[in-house]
Amino acid sequence: MVVESSADRVFQALSDATRRDILRRCAEEAVPVSRLAQAYPMSFAAVQKHVAALERAGLVVKEQHGRERRVRTVPAGLDGARRALDLAAGSWRGRADRMAQLLEEDGPAGPASGTGGTR
Amino acid sequence: MSIVSVETDLEALAVVLVAEFSEPPERVWELWSDPRKLERWWGPPTYPATVERFEFAPGGEVSYYMTGPEGDRHGGWWRFTAIEAPTGLSFEDGFADADGKPADAPVAAVTVELAAAGPGTRMEMRAAYPTRADLDQVVGMGMEEGLRESAGQMDAVLAR
Repeated sequence: MVVESSADRVFQALSDATRRDILRRCAEEAVPVSRLAQAYPMSFAAVQKHVAALERAGLVVKEQHGRERRVRTVPAGLDGARRALDLAAGSWRGRADRMAQLLEEDGPAGPASGTGGTR
Repeated sequence: MSIVSVETDLEALAVVLVAEFSEPPERVWELWSDPRKLERWWGPPTYPATVERFEFAPGGEVSYYMTGPEGDRHGGWWRFTAIEAPTGLSFEDGFADADGKPADAPVAAVTVELAAAGPGTRMEMRAAYPTRADLDQVVGMGMEEGLRESAGQMDAVLAR
């Protein structure tokens, strides 16, 4: 069973090149959703889905400007603690994955590296 | 193996990871106690770790660096605060400067517990930072770079 945490949402949001590009575009200024939609070779709805994933992860916020919805990247500094913990969670997840892979590679016969084990 | 959970605790400023491996605790222990094995999982594939010093005893110190794609080196250190083979260890985990000396930077307290779970192992890892200011500093110190690395790994994880 895998429980989705806020860290998972951040990493899923960042696992996609379009979403990372949206973060870059919206970091300097708030960009209308309609303008974002023109920037990518995909449907308006598809771009909206990407923005929604970023929003769920807390990486962007939507702001109302008149009749326009604009997307703005949330600077890391605004919620540094949350962001730092998410990052740390991501690296520990990667480490646990690599540990499992290593255990599998080295097989069930015990130490196989021939380094003499611990010291 | 499965990662049971990865939780962030904003109150305690901690990350708690629970994973289950199909191998017994003695095998999982080797990944922590053998520096040659540690090198194979500590850093992401594009930032492999090289352990230069490894004193596996309470109070003992570890120094290592990770080498990036451009040959760039990023140092780190540990200091073991408790070791109880093969079920538990704790250590301080910090950044090092170019000379491998502890840098003036936040230090995380890491605790690892291994317990037999049927034929396999349940590992619980907790990494906690002292203050919010420390976490802010960690973000500022290039963990954003690490984030992009990890996001790349996430692709592989999600593809499974």
